[in-house]
Formats: sequence, C-alpha cells, structure tokens
Amino acid sequence: MFFLLTIVVSLAGALGVYLVGSRRPEGARRLALAAAVAGLVFAVAGAVQLGAPKGLVTQVRMPWVPSLGIEFHLAADGVSSVLVLLAGIASVSGILFSWNVERRANEFFALYLLLIAGVYGVFLSFDLFQFFAFYELAIVPKYFLIAIWGSTRREYGAMKLALYSFIGSAMVLVGVLAIYAVSGLHTFDLTRLAGTSLPIGFQVWAFPLVFVGFAILAGLWPFHTWAPTGHVAAPTAASMLLAGVVMKLGAYGALRVGLMVMPAGAKYWGATMAALAATGIVYAALVALVQQDFKFVIGYSSVSHMGFVLLGLAVANRAGLAGAVLQMFSHGVIAGLLFGVVGRMVYDRTHTRELSMLEGLGLARRLPFAAGVFTLASVASMGLPGFSGFVAELQVLGGAWQRFPVAALAAGVGVVLSVAFTLRVLQRSFLPDAPTVAAAGGGSMEHPEPITIPEKLGAVMLLGTSLAVGLYPRVLLEWIDSGLAGPLFGGLRRVMGWS
Amino acid sequence: MVVNYAQLAWLASAEVLLVITALAVLAVDLKLRSSATPERRRSVALGLGATGCALGIVWLLVAAPDGSAPGGMLVSDALTRLVKVILLALTVGTLGLSGRSTFTPHVGEYVAVILLGGVGMMLIAGTENVLMMFLALELASLSLYILAGFAKRDPRSMEAALKYFLFGGMAAAFLLFGLSFVYGVSGSIEFRGMGAGLAGQKMIPLLLVGLVMVLVGLGFKVAAVPFHFWAPDAYEGAPTPVAAFIAAGSKVAAFFLVAKLSLLAFAQVGGSAAWGAFVPGWTPLVAVVAAASMLVGNFAALAQRNVKRLLAYSAVAHAGYALVGVVGAGSGSVATVTFYAATYAVTALGAFGVVGVVEAVAGGSDFSHFAGLSRRSPGLALAFGILVLSLAGIPPLVGFFAKFYVFLGALTPVGGQGPMALLWLVGLGIATTCVSFYYYLRLLKVVFVEDPPADSRTISPGVGEWAVVVVTTVLVVLVGCAPALFLGPLQAALASVGLGR
Repeated sequence: MFFLLTIVVSLAGALGVYLVGSRRPEGARRLALAAAVAGLVFAVAGAVQLGAPKGLVTQVRMPWVPSLGIEFHLAADGVSSVLVLLAGIASVSGILFSWNVERRANEFFALYLLLIAGVYGVFLSFDLFQFFAFYELAIVPKYFLIAIWGSTRREYGAMKLALYSFIGSAMVLVGVLAIYAVSGLHTFDLTRLAGTSLPIGFQVWAFPLVFVGFAILAGLWPFHTWAPTGHVAAPTAASMLLAGVVMKLGAYGALRVGLMVMPAGAKYWGATMAALAATGIVYAALVALVQQDFKFVIGYSSVSHMGFVLLGLAVANRAGLAGAVLQMFSHGVIAGLLFGVVGRMVYDRTHTRELSMLEGLGLARRLPFAAGVFTLASVASMGLPGFSGFVAELQVLGGAWQRFPVAALAAGVGVVLSVAFTLRVLQRSFLPDAPTVAAAGGGSMEHPEPITIPEKLGAVMLLGTSLAVGLYPRVLLEWIDSGLAGPLFGGLRRVMGWS
Repeated sequence: MVVNYAQLAWLASAEVLLVITALAVLAVDLKLRSSATPERRRSVALGLGATGCALGIVWLLVAAPDGSAPGGMLVSDALTRLVKVILLALTVGTLGLSGRSTFTPHVGEYVAVILLGGVGMMLIAGTENVLMMFLALELASLSLYILAGFAKRDPRSMEAALKYFLFGGMAAAFLLFGLSFVYGVSGSIEFRGMGAGLAGQKMIPLLLVGLVMVLVGLGFKVAAVPFHFWAPDAYEGAPTPVAAFIAAGSKVAAFFLVAKLSLLAFAQVGGSAAWGAFVPGWTPLVAVVAAASMLVGNFAALAQRNVKRLLAYSAVAHAGYALVGVVGAGSGSVATVTFYAATYAVTALGAFGVVGVVEAVAGGSDFSHFAGLSRRSPGLALAFGILVLSLAGIPPLVGFFAKFYVFLGALTPVGGQGPMALLWLVGLGIATTCVSFYYYLRLLKVVFVEDPPADSRTISPGVGEWAVVVVTTVLVVLVGCAPALFLGPLQAALASVGLGR
C-alpha cells in the first residue's frame, strides 16, 4: 500500500503546489519538498515492507477497461523496489538543489512532481497499458521544465529531447500493440505476457523495436544525442531528474517489456545491442574528454555510464542484469550529484560553465564545500571501490565477460577513459595547477553566495547513499536478485540458460 | 409500404422538438427585435436554443422512443439515441461559445440555423436508408454553409462559406451519383438491404466506381485527404463557434454514418487492406484515404502559424485516425469510430472555445496572439494545455485512449485476416503522431513559454465560454482516466442493437 501512496502523494502535491499560486514561491517550494519527502518515506517504507520477496507482490489490482483486458495493476518486486527508492531519493535532492527557483515557482514544482509521479508509476506498473501511460506522463513535464526554466538553447534542447522521447515511445507503442495482438491472450498483464512464449519470428522483429524504443531514453548510441543537449539546456533539478531517473525509465522499460516478454528476441539481438552499448561507452567517454562546457562533460559521462546499464541488459545473464539494475541506482545518485554541483553550486554562482573561465576563478578556495563534494562525486563516478559505481560496473563487466568478451574489453577501456575525463574536468574546474584569479574577465563572482543549507543537505544525502551502497551493496543486491529469481524472469532464464 | 405519421413523429420526436425550438427562437427574436438591446436578444435566443436542446436530451433519455420506420428511414434505438444525445450536447456547447457573437445582428436566425444543423446531424445518425441519409446530410451541410458565412462583413467568412459550399455541392453530387450506382448493383436503398444485395457480389467496375464516388462524398464530410481542401479556409474564416460546430458536431454525425454504412452496407464488399494482400473493395479505399489524411494532415499542420488553421489540419489528421477504425475491427468498428469521433469532438469544442476567447480579446488567432497566455489567464491556459495534449494523444487524457482503442481495433483478427494484417496502417498512424507532437508542443510553447506582449490585457472568458471550456476539459481528463465511463454505455448500446463484438 505504501507504494501506491508514492504516486498519490506526488500527484496531490503537484496539484496543491500549482494551486499555491505564483506569488508565493516559498510556499510552493515547501509544499513540494514536503510532498517529495513524503514520497521518499513511503518509498522506503514500501521497500522495507516488501523486503526481498520471491517474485512479484501485488499492491493494487483492479479492472480498468475490462472489455480490452486493461487492468490497473500496481505491484513490485525487488527490482522495482530499488528503483522506487532511487526515484524518492532523486526527487528530494532535486528539490533541495532547486531551492533558488523564484520565477513561476508553483508551475515549476507542480511539473516536477507530476514527472515524479510518472516515474514512480512506471516502476510500479505491471500492466502494459498502465506502464505506457505513466511512461508518457513523464515526458511532457520534462519539455516544459527545460523550455521554461532552462539555459543554453533551452527551446531547442527541450524540443529535441521531447521528440526523441516521443519517437522512442511510438516505437514502443507499436510493439506493445503488436504483443497484445500476437499473444492472443486479450490482456496487457505483464505477468501473463512474460509467462507466454511469443513466436520466435515475431520476437526477432518486435524486440529491437521495443528495446531500441526504450533505450533511446536510456541514451543508447547512436540515438543518444538528445541527452547531452537536453541535460545542458535543463535547469539543475531537471537535469538531475533526467540523468537521475528519467534515463532509467528507458532502461527499466527495456528490461521489463523487452527482455522479460521477448527473451528469444533478446538472445537473438544480444550481440548487436552489446556492440551498440560498448560503442556508446567508449564514444561518449571520448567526446566527454574534449568538451569545454562543464555540463556537457557531465552530460556525455551520463551517456557513457548508462552504456553499462545497456550492456548489462544486452548480456542478459544474472550478473549482467543485477549489475545493470544496480548501475541504474548508482548512476542515478552520482549523476544527480554531479549535475547538482555543476548546475546549482557552480553555474548559478559563476554564470559560466566554460572550463577555461572556471580555471581562473579559484573555485576550490571560494567554494570549498562544492570542491569537496565534486571531488568525492568524481571519485564515485570513476568507479573507485567504496562507492556504488564500482560494484555495479564490476558486475556488468563480469557478466559481459562471460558472453561478449570483446564488448567487456571495450567497456573496460571506457572505465579508464572515464577516469581520464573525470580527472580532467575536476582538475580544470576546481583544482587548476596555478589559480590565476579572475583571468580573462570571467569573474562575476567576487563574493559568491555561500553554499546554502538545502544544497548541503542534498549533497550529503546523495553522497551518503552512494557511499552506503558502495560499502554495503548486499541489501540492494539481495533485492535485485530476489527480483531476478522470480517467475517474471522465468522465460528469460530459460532462454539464456541461467538460473 | 404504409406510412404511419404518428410513428414517424414518435421516432423523430427529439428532432421535432428541436425544429419547434428553432421556430420559436425566430418568432421570439422577431418580437424582441425592436424593443430589446442586442445583448438581451442574444441571451434570449441562445438561452431558448440551449433549453430546447436540453429538453431534447432529457426527452431522449427519459422517453426513449424506440423502433424503426419502414425502409429504415428513421431508426431509433439505444445506439442512435446515445449518438443523438452527444450531438445535442455538442450543439449546446456551440451555443455556449456563441455568447460573444457580435459578428452578426441576426441572432435569431443564427441560433435557428444552428439548431437546424443539429437536426440534420441527428437525422444523419438516425437513419439506415441512403435516401434519408442524403437529405439529412444536405440539411446539415446547408446549415453549416450558411453559418460559415454568417459574419457578413468579413470577407474571409464569405470566402469560407463559398469554398465550403462549392466543395460541398460537388461532393454531394458525387455521393448521390455513387449511391445510385451502388443501388443499381445491390437493388436496395436500405443499409442492410444493400449489405444483403451485395453479398457474394463480384467487384465489377460499376460497383467500384460507385464505392469510390461514395467515398468522395463522405470523405468531404469528414475532411479526409484528398477532399480536405475546404477545411483550413472554412475553419479560419468561419466565426469561431461555427468552426467548432463543423469540427465537433458534424464530425460525430459523419463518422457515425461512415462506420455504420461500412459495417451494414459495405461489409460484403469490404475487400482487404492487409499489407501485401490487398483485395479491392471498400476497406482498402478507406485505408488509402486514412493513410493520406494522417500524413498530409500532420505534415501540413507543421507549417501553420494560425491556431485555427492548425486545428483544421489537425482535424484532417484526426479524420485519418478515425478512419483507421473504419478499416479495422470488423464489427467492433462502430464502437472504435464513435468513441474516437465523440471524444475528438468534445476536445475540439473546448479548444475552439479557448481560441474564440483569445480571438475576441487579442483580435486574432495567430500564434502571436497566444503568446504568454499562461500569464494572462492561467486557468484558460491550463485548460488549453490539457485539450491540446489530448489532441496530441498524451495519457492519461482521452485522446490517448481513443487512439489506442482505434489502433487496437485495427490489430484485432477479423475473418481470415491475421492480427498483423493492418500493422502497416497502425505503424503509420503512430509514426505520424510523432510528427504531430512537434506542432502541438510548439503551440503550447507559445502559450506557456513565451512572454506575453507588453501591452496585453488579461483575458477573461464569458460564462458560456467558461462553462464549455471547463466541462470539456473535465471530460477529457475524466474519460481519459476512466474510459469505461463512456465505453461502457457505448458498448452496452451497441450490444443492444446487435452490433457489439
């Protein structure tokens, strides 16, 4: 029941925040934070209550459009639990990092909470119609968040992102309708569809449609170009959510609808998808290495790290999938943190993201907290032991090694490259060799506003989460394993030959 | 064939009520002409008209006239009553949007012609005889031609009316000619009789020509490509409430007719629109028109800078989606098409309501007149946003479920046709919705993102406009979240007349 409340409280929060009106930004913020915190509390309570169940636990199930076999089926297994938790953490930290939004604040936070409601909904939906409805619900607010409150080329970035998302979801919709028609079961129930084996010939053409449709949102190379542009254009909270949870929606959909329902298709296309994923890891890392805009570096690093998730899905063995899900969680936390530092702590104070300008500002001295957080976040992002990224990427690499050693090697190169670009950006932004203060007229920050308490809270929360998972990944891994061991993945286990 | 006039009056009681209302409106307006202010005349005429429609709705729900006249001239059953109630509600909505009809001093005539148009649409829905169908179509069309030209001092309104009339007259000629051919082959003018007469019929050239001509005539009514050329000009030039009536009421009636005609009369010569296995007949013709409408409507809408023209091209595209329902779903097609047309009509009515309000204050319906609407009238902008997103097909709004339902219907195996036979049409439909997202989002960008012009006044709708916009928006959200609210009664009505799946 707690999980249902995450959606309810977010939707009610969205409505309430909108009704606060545009004149009282403080009230809107507080209400939004309250709703997000309530959502997180319900997410934690739900996850704890669920524990590590064998298979799926239904929360709410009732007929929706009986004549078409559409149900409202809210349920969760260990995998959903992990991602619902992530959504809760990301939503709270996003609001903390956008405490300075003053313009049209009620609309901002209303759209934000609507997006969050969609995200919770996707992670908890086990009816394909419902799944798709929540999935699309999450796209529209993104457009407005970026187009209204964004920065660099915001309208272009917003439209590009929205169109890529819609094209992806259109592919998915064709796939969903085809699955319904071909299965002949007259149901959208994911559990039943996962239990049936669709004709191989059908899976071979429908799987790439659905998988790629979802993976576009997860930043699959070569359809990833919306991601950096969108991230850069987005306001801080939106880019945190975008990288933190929205990209995960794509990966999650690929897992639930692609792999679970069409395992034979997944096996057939595994090598191709792994090749695309590995290419994405290396390519995005190389591009990140030469970016001049701070946020573009983080944007491409997101694509690169999401490549590990997709690689894990393409490999589709136990280690690969567990790693993919854990990487979704881990990257959601770390990317949120990185975007928070860049967008809120640095850009809102310096009004520049050009690395060449930031070099001269002596950020480490003026914003020591930001420097410290970013250093730790970089360490986490590089995948050093002790943080969540290490465990996740190691799992994916291990899984990939068993099936596609070449892809695993390429991804390994990607890890090295990610160390390189992360160190480069860290060194140029916060820790230049010789801080030449206020060089080249980039200094609009003689007296930077000190890091505020909400920012500190948000940063500590995200860092703490990453550290906790890195040091003690057992809890999340147990949940994920319990999900993977459930009957939903029975078809996949059988086809791929693992147990 | 003995005609029982009492029975005819009973079957057409709602229509009779509406005609009486129209005459009463004329009489009262004549009486008030010299004594009352224009505002008072307008409110009296609109109020009287709306009351008549409301009484009609109540009558249909309570008295529920049932039965059919000889030859299927008039058919009144649960299904036609449901459609007539929807049409009456849309007529009331049109009247509600006419509160600012300062474009004409002749309010009495204006309201009376709207009501007569409504009568025509109700008769379209309530007949299974091609003769009556033609007469009803003409009644509805002639009323709409007159209404389109009601802003007599506006040359664009004149242009709209003339274009609409010329295209319409031509289409009517095609329709009549085509029906005569089909009659010649089938030997009947009743829908069901035609269906029986065409059973086992080979696709001889005479029949094919007849079907194509019927398609031309009906394609004009629903504004499907390539018979859509009148739509943008008519929508743009006609007074906005009239454009709403064309987009809403006439679409519901026409689509219901097309669905019924396809199922009852042409099912036997349906052919097949399955990919790679075309069999000449009615459905491949409709499929081609549907595909063309979705493509042309959506791509042409990309280039529009005027909201009314944009809505016109979007209407063309929506006609394509609704026709996908005609192509597929077999006996379920009446359900999918009616659901689609009715929900589209409600959405379009609300959208035109917002356009009318903005037009009245800002002086036009170009994109620039909508700039920053969300700052000038947050409530109106929110409603507009919801309505436009529903047109785009975003869940949980009703436009999404309507599309979903139509596409699902098209993928339902019918007869010897497998589930994947129409996937090409469905895929095309879904692909073109991606195109449509671009222009809908661009419109919403103007409303929500751009800054309002410096000298802009706040925009506040009148009572009737508010009522229409709020009711349509609420319906769009409510039926979108719980489609069974409308689907249930619709399927029950279909089942009661033996057209359910």
